[in-house]
Amino acid sequence: MPDLGKYAEAVLSSYVLSILLIVAMIVVSVRRSRKVKAALEEIEKRGKSNG
Amino acid sequence: MIALLTRDLRLAVRAGGGFGLGLAFFLIVVVLVPFGVGPESGLLSKIAPGVLWLGALLACLLSLDRILALDWEDGSLDLLATAPLPMEAIVSIKALAHWITTGLPLVLAAPVFGLLLNLPDAGYVPLVISLLIGTPALSVIGTFGAALTVGLKRGGLLLSLLVLPLYVPTLIFGAEMARRAIEGMEATTPLLMLAGITCGTIALLPFASAAVLRVNLR
Amino acid sequence: MGSIWEYANPKKFIATTDRLLPWVSALALVALVGGLIWGFFFTPDDYKQGSTVKIIYLHVPSALMAINAWMMMLVASLIWIVRRHHVSALAARAAAPIGAVMTLIALITGAIWGQPMWGTWWEWDPRLTSFLILFLFYLGYMALWAAIENDDTAADLTSILCLVGSVFAILSRYAVNFWNQGLHQGSSVMRAGAMMGDTEERVSNVYAVPLFVCIAGFILLFIALVFLRTQTEIRARRMRALLARERMN
Repeated sequence: MPDLGKYAEAVLSSYVLSILLIVAMIVVSVRRSRKVKAALEEIEKRGKSNG
Repeated sequence: MIALLTRDLRLAVRAGGGFGLGLAFFLIVVVLVPFGVGPESGLLSKIAPGVLWLGALLACLLSLDRILALDWEDGSLDLLATAPLPMEAIVSIKALAHWITTGLPLVLAAPVFGLLLNLPDAGYVPLVISLLIGTPALSVIGTFGAALTVGLKRGGLLLSLLVLPLYVPTLIFGAEMARRAIEGMEATTPLLMLAGITCGTIALLPFASAAVLRVNLR
Repeated sequence: MGSIWEYANPKKFIATTDRLLPWVSALALVALVGGLIWGFFFTPDDYKQGSTVKIIYLHVPSALMAINAWMMMLVASLIWIVRRHHVSALAARAAAPIGAVMTLIALITGAIWGQPMWGTWWEWDPRLTSFLILFLFYLGYMALWAAIENDDTAADLTSILCLVGSVFAILSRYAVNFWNQGLHQGSSVMRAGAMMGDTEERVSNVYAVPLFVCIAGFILLFIALVFLRTQTEIRARRMRALLARERMN
């Protein structure tokens, strides 16, 4: 851990907040991608069995 | 074209909404500001041009969804689209009608409301000029926003969200011009910029509004 | 390999990006983690700004991406208007939330950086103000996408909004510049400008190399996310079409 001096709070909080936002963005994107993928597969399967 | 303009104007006056509501809203904003920031007259006269501009802008915003929504609902917009008039002309006329019923009364009322806010004597003429030049841009930009959201059920809130960022340059140059004139600085640069924005939006934005409206009527 | 327009075919786009995605994501991860660790642990403090200079590794790349994302949306919107490729419109839609988050990161890190340096969380400095306005543009754009049900109508309307918004965003940038100088007689602008100039000019190699790694990481992350999210949008669009067909039968 480097010595951040008196600005430790500022530096750490900006790193924590930014990384949180980035990770949240990635998680949301991946989750939605999986969900939509699964839903689409199900609908396509249903379409095939019907017709 | 003139027939469409007179029709729009007559409808606006008869419905009563556009005219009175915008002005009343403007008055309320102006009255509420001293309650919010305190009655100290020095402070009030300092922020008066900004508050008057902001009030005019919000009052303008309030009536935007009426530009096209009524015609959309009763289907006359579809009729207009099949008329020999180009869509660009229709949206321009709509913007003009909105300005005459909303913008112009606001400009005329601004000096009266300026009294309430202790607007400095040097400020009346520049304020009216800046509003007179700036409010047409507000109407034209607002028509674009109204065209974007015309088909939506809860378009009103979205309309504000879309239009307000587009109002930023007009507001900045308009209020800045009035403020500079009051402080005795040269105000020609913001005046010219404001006029430039107004001319530019009047010249170009109707094409975007017409394109958007065509998409929505498809 | 044919022309670039082949990728306008949704199936082809999904197949290609599926192959590319693991590589791009891995590279993005390496560059981001590497750059940030390098910047955070292994760069010296600035003699004037102390350790806050380390915020630059988040602030500058995110600010860059905030603008680049909008430019990418602008290009994608133009392609949609001219050539009407669905992938293009959906890519613009996919990029908007990423751009908004980037703008938010730039604003947050800017505020946190400004607090010890300028003694205030928020300064109505032209740059900060422009980014706030850019954030509002992103919000409006996403709200319009979300509000319209018909996909093609939404694509048309949002791409026109993107074009008009770009013009107004540039106008606002100049207006804001003018406005703040008028208010503060240039003092705060000078202060901010000096700050910005300081860091930019003084970025010696010690800071520059990890900064470039971070910028590359952010760009790769953006590309990976746009690929992934565009795939999602394509699938969602297909899903809506299939559902609509089912209801018809």
